[in-house]
Amino acid sequence: MSDATQKSYYWLGFRTGVPFLLVVVPFGLLFGVIATEAGFTSIQTMAFSSVVFAGAAQFTALQLMAEDGPFLIIIATALAVNLRMAMYSASLAVWLGKAPLWKRALIAYVNVDQSYAVSINRFEDEPDLTLSQRISFFFGAVTPVCPMWIVATGLGIWVGDTIPDWMALDFAVPICFLAIIAPMMRSLAHMIAAVVSIVLALVLAGLPYNLGLLVAAAVAMIVGAQIEVLMSRRAANDQ
Amino acid sequence: MSAGYIWTIIIVLGVGTYLIRFSFLGLIGGKDLPEWVLRHLRYTAVAVLPGLVAPLVLWPAANGGDVEPARLCAALVTFAVGLLTRNVVAAITLGGATLFGMIWLLGAY
Repeated sequence: MSDATQKSYYWLGFRTGVPFLLVVVPFGLLFGVIATEAGFTSIQTMAFSSVVFAGAAQFTALQLMAEDGPFLIIIATALAVNLRMAMYSASLAVWLGKAPLWKRALIAYVNVDQSYAVSINRFEDEPDLTLSQRISFFFGAVTPVCPMWIVATGLGIWVGDTIPDWMALDFAVPICFLAIIAPMMRSLAHMIAAVVSIVLALVLAGLPYNLGLLVAAAVAMIVGAQIEVLMSRRAANDQ
Repeated sequence: MSAGYIWTIIIVLGVGTYLIRFSFLGLIGGKDLPEWVLRHLRYTAVAVLPGLVAPLVLWPAANGGDVEPARLCAALVTFAVGLLTRNVVAAITLGGATLFGMIWLLGAY
């Protein structure tokens, strides 16, 4: 394949990823502020964002550390928050699994909710993309977001707690996820899976270690798949 | 919190998170998966993200875990715009505008 199409998929991914700066910057900023307040040094805060590289889990760990939670509970809870990434990993492996090991290793490191979601959407919309076009798109989508997560953390350390409450930085993440989820409602099966996920996540919110979300996600995946089977059977019968 | 304790958490969490992300990409790389597995994996995103976001919308920690009208309206507008336009930028922009508009109107802070 020509170098030109490779590049164009990289830039296509890049442009798809750019809007998430609106979200990653406030969220990273907030992490910098809160970690500093919790007594982390600048280097520790920056290392946290670059080594762990997972916003929700970082906030979870930070909160439990501030509450003097036991070491194993902190690790288990934060990793449980990240367990959804194993599902993303399996889902991406379908499309990117034939990439060389070193590329898969790099993809794994920079895979976050946003890059996963926009990439999987693109791969499903255009199933005929070549492997290298998919890889280019994925890396394009993460390019604007990932370095800025770390830069924004640094900014948060720098501005400290001068950010007023009305900025509602906490709500950047829900808005981002909702904006990503809405265009995914491409079939009845997708919609019902989403509703099952919401209802079960709310009902099971009291379970420890974020287990409620994992159960909700697993059940929603099964329900989505079952409805897809039912719908295709019905379509076959109608013909 | 001692420095050693903080560093241990950062490193253990970093390694653990990486292994989770690498898991299937590393293990099943290149192998073809059976159709029923693929069918389930197609619903990964819509099964995880809505459940992740629902409690954040209904019970925001910034409001002590109680329903908060500005955030709730912003969430509804974001989702509705995303559904109608399929445009992520439009959804984020109008959702954000709703959030700040409502906060200003309610004089919440």
